[in-house]
Amino acid sequence: MVELPNIAPALPEIFLALAGMTLLMVGVFHKAETPDGVTYASRLTSGLGVLVLFLALLLVFAVSGGTMIEFENLFISDPFSSFVKVLILIAAAMSLILAQNWMEYQGVHRFEYAVLVIFATLGMLMMVSANNLLSLYMGLELQSLSLYVMAAFYRDDTRSTEAGLKYFVLGALASGFLLYGSSLVYGFSGTTDFNAIAETLKGQEQASFGLVIGLVFVMAGLAFKVSAVPFHMWTPDVYEGAPTPVTAFFAVAPKVAAIALFLRVMVGPFGDLADQWQQIVVLLSILSMGLGAFAAIAQSNIKRMMAYSSIGHVGYALIGLAVGNEAGVTGVLVYMAIYVFMNVGAFACIMAMRRGGRLVEGINELSGLGKTHPALAAALTIFMFSMAGIPPMAGFFGKLYIFLAAIEAELYTLAILGVLASVVSAYYYLRIIKVMYFDEPGIEPLESPLPRSISGVVAVTSLLVLFFFFFPSPLINWAGAAALTLF
Amino acid sequence: MFGIPILSTLIFLPLVGAAFILAIDATDEPGKRSARRVALWTSSVTFLLSLFLWFSFDTSTAEFQFVEKAEWIPTYNINYHLGLDGISVLFVLLTTLLTPICVLASWESIKERVKEYMIAFLVLETMMVGMFSALDMVVFYIFFEGVLIPMFLIIGVWGGPRRVYASYKLFLYTLLGSVLMLLAMLVMYDQAGTTDIPTLMATRFAPDLQTWLWLAFFASFAVKVPMWPVHTWLPDAHVEAPTAGSVILAGVLLKFGGYGFLRFSLPMFPDASVYFTPLIYGLSIMAVIYTSLVALVQSDMKKLIAYSSIAHMGFVTAGTFSLTIQGVEGAIYQMLSHGVVSAALFLIVGVIYDRLHTREISAYGGLVHRMPGYALVFMLFMMASVGLPGTGGFVGELLVLMGLFKANTWVAALVATGVVLGAAYMLYLYRRVVFGALEKEEVKKMLDMNRREWVVFAPLIILTLWMGVYPVPFLDMMHVSVENLLGQVQLALDASNSAVIAGQ
Repeated sequence: MVELPNIAPALPEIFLALAGMTLLMVGVFHKAETPDGVTYASRLTSGLGVLVLFLALLLVFAVSGGTMIEFENLFISDPFSSFVKVLILIAAAMSLILAQNWMEYQGVHRFEYAVLVIFATLGMLMMVSANNLLSLYMGLELQSLSLYVMAAFYRDDTRSTEAGLKYFVLGALASGFLLYGSSLVYGFSGTTDFNAIAETLKGQEQASFGLVIGLVFVMAGLAFKVSAVPFHMWTPDVYEGAPTPVTAFFAVAPKVAAIALFLRVMVGPFGDLADQWQQIVVLLSILSMGLGAFAAIAQSNIKRMMAYSSIGHVGYALIGLAVGNEAGVTGVLVYMAIYVFMNVGAFACIMAMRRGGRLVEGINELSGLGKTHPALAAALTIFMFSMAGIPPMAGFFGKLYIFLAAIEAELYTLAILGVLASVVSAYYYLRIIKVMYFDEPGIEPLESPLPRSISGVVAVTSLLVLFFFFFPSPLINWAGAAALTLF
Repeated sequence: MFGIPILSTLIFLPLVGAAFILAIDATDEPGKRSARRVALWTSSVTFLLSLFLWFSFDTSTAEFQFVEKAEWIPTYNINYHLGLDGISVLFVLLTTLLTPICVLASWESIKERVKEYMIAFLVLETMMVGMFSALDMVVFYIFFEGVLIPMFLIIGVWGGPRRVYASYKLFLYTLLGSVLMLLAMLVMYDQAGTTDIPTLMATRFAPDLQTWLWLAFFASFAVKVPMWPVHTWLPDAHVEAPTAGSVILAGVLLKFGGYGFLRFSLPMFPDASVYFTPLIYGLSIMAVIYTSLVALVQSDMKKLIAYSSIAHMGFVTAGTFSLTIQGVEGAIYQMLSHGVVSAALFLIVGVIYDRLHTREISAYGGLVHRMPGYALVFMLFMMASVGLPGTGGFVGELLVLMGLFKANTWVAALVATGVVLGAAYMLYLYRRVVFGALEKEEVKKMLDMNRREWVVFAPLIILTLWMGVYPVPFLDMMHVSVENLLGQVQLALDASNSAVIAGQ
């Protein structure tokens, strides 16, 4: 009698997989010959998709608790993965809520979008729960392939198809790196299991050279996925070219998943090689913060600016990884949680930039928004101040814990460079506020009223970011508990 | 007071007012009027409530009073901790006094986006009161830094032609200093395991570490004061800011730096403070002499007063680091009187700016013939700025100089030249604007101050004369706290001196 594995820890993933396939069926078998039919099908799948993501969220809560390792040690469910999964699902759900209206406005609404979001999310959940280099790769590829398609979703638009292709080619290269690194690690440690790798390394006085090379390749692959400098080249082009809802999704969910994966892989199996990888992470972090701060200044396209901004944010998150202890991981988790809400909100504001029946992306298009759309401008101001890390906005607390961890670990240079980069980056965040409030409105104001989905998401996220300082403790304690399980 | 947490009330009452204004539809004239009224009422009530601090403050103890403490982030031992001592209580009163005056001064001059303007001022008041009453470093930092948000918008939205440049400069300069201070705070937290200010005052940091921490805090406070050579943001910000923005900037925001030195640098890093005293003296002397000379050649009234502010703040920093009772009390007194006087001077510029829409000194002349009341008020505050006996400015400067003479005669002599130079540029300004023949056609049409403007100036006039004639109540409030502060510094220095001797 073969013993069946306990499937409980993987319930959210199994549910998402089944729901994704069901939605695909719903979409395919729905008669979509007329434009109305297409709209109906896309609205149906997108609505159901949001529902599915929320149900998966409930399932994550239901199975969360202790640490459970199942499926021949391929899959792990622990408080860390639960924390990150909650973030990913919230991010995915919010970006899906935002997407439908935008897609219809552009005439690219198709039911496949929701299905792709669900499969990408499934891949991310797998990544977060991977306890083996193979399951890691599987999750990563499921996510990446869905993302490539999403980037090219606006298929009549050359920029979008270019973004998709670029992302695919470079992404495949990064996956190759990762796979090659994994094979080296396997070759020199004899296993792909995270716990077993950690055991092997613990026994060794000096890590074998091949293993370190393998580690570097794995890191290069992961750095690509989080878009850390110098593996960031794809980010600005893809962010600019991809449809805005897709960019919004890219900026939050996959980033959180990849950062979490980065944390788990570095701290878990390679925890004993911290001396080796710490210097690389420090370098990645400094370069990302620096480039994110300086390159964004010259941008005139707001999506491109957000791309550089996200590179900068990854740099800050990597400070926490460079610290590599519990405080550092707590800092990263708090940072990413706040990052999700700021970014979704900011992208929701960007999606509201419509004028005369078309979408605009220039930063100058926002001029005078403070007069024409006071509420939207106020919300975007909150997001920008928060990203710049100005108290009392939530973004300040994110930075606070990261820097606290760095100071405690005596990484003073990194901390000083980090705060200096944050001053430089304040410059371009302020620019958005300047354009909105200090400049006069253009000839024609942006369209109003805003779609309900956008105003709803903006309202929720801006209030959360603004009033986070009232009750910071629950998030911080939860992140602390989640971080504890990695050690 | 009746079981109400008075400090939290003072901090958050303006926010409640701001929320009310947010709900007003201020697109038409009645809406704008109600926005102004709500702002005036809120800030006036806040001021009246703050008078309770004045009457029930216990001047016989250096302990923190009106203390409030609540858990905020218990995992990291960060608490919402508020309290006042003799050093901070008067600054809170200054803030609550100046805010309604600012609202009143903007009554007619701000016509665009009145609602947002009033909200910005009330939020600013929240931040300022919170900054002075915070007894936890993180709470302090949040208020300290949060001030930038409304100030950036006030200058940028309602400012003059180069407002964008000025607001960016203010924001980025201050932010650059503050983030270094934040790192220093984190180091202190790492060392001491707490962000509680009273606990940290009693903590001794290693002298080497003190040097670095002191420098990081200095980066922040020197920009705020502002000290030469990081003062260049101030003239720009003042010139471009609307009148009320300048009033708050000169009246309260500049005091953040001086207050920070007294709250953090002196008690927490005494060894480093002594070590860096020559640096402070040098920069202060530069500030006093150099910026006074610069003020002498200005053609823009606001710029002139801005430079005079830097010179006056040079007195404050020199007095603070003289580490004598007179010097420190004089520094605090100078900050308070400067808060009143420079605020009044910017309002005085605002009065004629509202009429002629220029700040060029050469555009005026002979105002005394048409505006005698204005000339009288201007003269009073001009004299107070110079430091004429009988005005608040005199007491502060005298005490600072007395303290400095005890500490270092040369520094005192050089700083004292500032008094002479101050008289020169202020009298020169007054002569060009108020005296002379009334020749220019536009100036002939100008009317004297109206009732609203008199109401704005009345409290400041009373306060300046009171502070000049009978300074005892103010000095009494700060005396015990200052004595205690210097006692602690002395104790710490003795301890490290004996450690050095023991080590030899």
